[in-house]
Amino acid sequence: MLRDALTFQLGYNATLVTVAAVLLGIAAGVTGTFLFLRKRALVSDAIAHATLPGIGLAFIALTLSGLDGRHLPGLLAGSAITAMSGLFAVQWLSSRTRLSEDAAIGAVLSAYFSLGIVLLTVIQTMSTGQQAGLESFLLGSTAGMLLSDAILIALGGLLVVALVFLFRRPMSLVSFDPGFASTSGVRLDRIDLTMMGLVLGVTVVGLKVVGLILIVALLIIPPVTARLWTNRVELVVVLSGAFGGIAAWLGASLSASAPDLPTGPLIVLVSFCAFAVSMAFAPRRGLLSSFVRHRRFQTGVHLRQGLLALAQGQPIYEPLTIRLLKARGFARADGMPTREGTIRAARAFRDEKRWEVARATPELELAAALYDGLTQIEDVLTTDQIAEIDRRMGPPEAVQ
Amino acid sequence: MNGEDFVTFSLTPLLIGSLAALACALPGNFLVLRRQALLGDAISHVVLPGIVLAFLVTGTISTWPMLLGSAAAAVVAVVLIEAIRRFGRIEPGAAMGVVFTAMFAAGILALEQSDTSGVHLDVEHALFGNLESLIWLDATGWASLVDPVALAGLPPELFRISLVTVIIGLCLAVFWRPLAISTFDEGFARTLGLPVRAIGLGIVIVSALAAVAAFDAVGSIIVIAMFICPPAAARLMTNRLGAQVAWSAAFALIAATLGFTLSGSGPAWLGSEHAVSAAGMVGTVAGMILACAALFGPARN
Repeated sequence: MLRDALTFQLGYNATLVTVAAVLLGIAAGVTGTFLFLRKRALVSDAIAHATLPGIGLAFIALTLSGLDGRHLPGLLAGSAITAMSGLFAVQWLSSRTRLSEDAAIGAVLSAYFSLGIVLLTVIQTMSTGQQAGLESFLLGSTAGMLLSDAILIALGGLLVVALVFLFRRPMSLVSFDPGFASTSGVRLDRIDLTMMGLVLGVTVVGLKVVGLILIVALLIIPPVTARLWTNRVELVVVLSGAFGGIAAWLGASLSASAPDLPTGPLIVLVSFCAFAVSMAFAPRRGLLSSFVRHRRFQTGVHLRQGLLALAQGQPIYEPLTIRLLKARGFARADGMPTREGTIRAARAFRDEKRWEVARATPELELAAALYDGLTQIEDVLTTDQIAEIDRRMGPPEAVQ
Repeated sequence: MNGEDFVTFSLTPLLIGSLAALACALPGNFLVLRRQALLGDAISHVVLPGIVLAFLVTGTISTWPMLLGSAAAAVVAVVLIEAIRRFGRIEPGAAMGVVFTAMFAAGILALEQSDTSGVHLDVEHALFGNLESLIWLDATGWASLVDPVALAGLPPELFRISLVTVIIGLCLAVFWRPLAISTFDEGFARTLGLPVRAIGLGIVIVSALAAVAAFDAVGSIIVIAMFICPPAAARLMTNRLGAQVAWSAAFALIAATLGFTLSGSGPAWLGSEHAVSAAGMVGTVAGMILACAALFGPARN
């Protein structure tokens, strides 16, 4: 069953929903990257929650004018309008009052969502003779979706992907270096508005599939995951789109393969699994590599300090230092140096002395700033420079 | 509505709503000032998986496991956010977004997968609460307020939220000076030898306590709205912390009472016999208060 779902064999509707979800995942991953790099990830949460009153108002308006209140294009249009007003409310509160953006986001999110809930209870009491089923927009629901709705969502996803592709250059520029972008003639406010418009598009398209509470996850988790792997903007964008698309594909397929598996939460959880794996194993920012790097640094410092102590004939009390020296054959268990250890200690001591001279020499200031107690001076300075340092130090003194 | 009906149907929800609003708005002041407003949002989302977990473990809907479960979920969320922020070097907003959406999704999935048909536990209840159902059936009128038999029938949510509100009020009164100093000038607080990190963690824990207790009574909408809207509106009214806290308490109480009254009576004035969601109305009124403060507040800039 799962294999059928993964390979799009579960009938036309389910296939279309999965395709729509994948397009949505890619669009959300790419758009979300720009939002995340601009450090405004949670603005999307305000936009998403602000769609609810629009859905309610659109349903009421459609019903009052004698149409079917569940008409999806109408509901989505309504949700886009209030979401836009919510976005402007956040912008206005954070730029025209002293409130910070996070307070503005929280206020708009809760106020609009509350209003939406009030409207939903109003709709429940309207005697329209049909179940509105608007609660499905909270958590998304792909079960029993109309074919026309699935086509609409797939087309919407396609449109957002196309728009993201069209605006990728100015948006990368703005999210990578806003200052440079504005001096090179890019209108920051316009690009920001475009970016928010795309976020709004993703949110509206995703309402039916993922639901308004969880849609932010599609915009936030893939970019964060991609960011763990690379420092290059264009790669983050591509990776994030890929992560978003794959998570949507796996999640939607899993959800279609068995009952009681809601689509939105599954997509989010698949996405989070990818994040958790990346958090553990990503190079540089991952937990494993942080741990390895920490251990390597610790070992380096202990060895160096241990060798310096041996060179100056000082006793070593730190058990870890002795253990490390012993493991490399530089010292015996009682802390006395071996022959190899004596040579290495003298070398380390010479290196330390050379650094000392280099740091006291104004011409070598830049290179001397690289001193961290671990780097060998041979890696930083040329042979000529080291020879000059040795000349200033004078001949080696006899070791006592 | 006569006195008898008022005591039975409106007094307890009104009290519980007001206390919940107060319990959230008080710590909310510090969250807003410390630019951690969205922590309230995150905490109120992760309460759901905590409650579902407690239900799956104990198999019943009882108070203490649920409080413990949701408090544990709040702590796990805060630790995860901090870990992602620090080790992954991810900005706090995005770290928060990763954690609370994933935990909320896990909660929903667990809820859908488990058999909760026999008990009153569903997503909508968690989101909207059910303030209207917290009625005092044993009351027969104002006289019941001094009748021990009737008092024993008060909804248990009332005691819990009262206790939590008192605890939060006491914490605020006792730690007022260190709280104020570390909120406005953390560097100065550190030079005074104040435990700045412990104070920050304390605010998070108190907020989680407020969120969990209020959630239990009124659902997560009121929690998020009250954490942020009244303190934000109060911030636009004054420059002094003491006055701000007082304003926020007043705004929270106005939002709770006005919202509850409007939800019950408002539709009737418009000729409809059905009430609308009380929790939603309270949040809406709170948002309107903030809108007014943003337009006319004396300290809005």
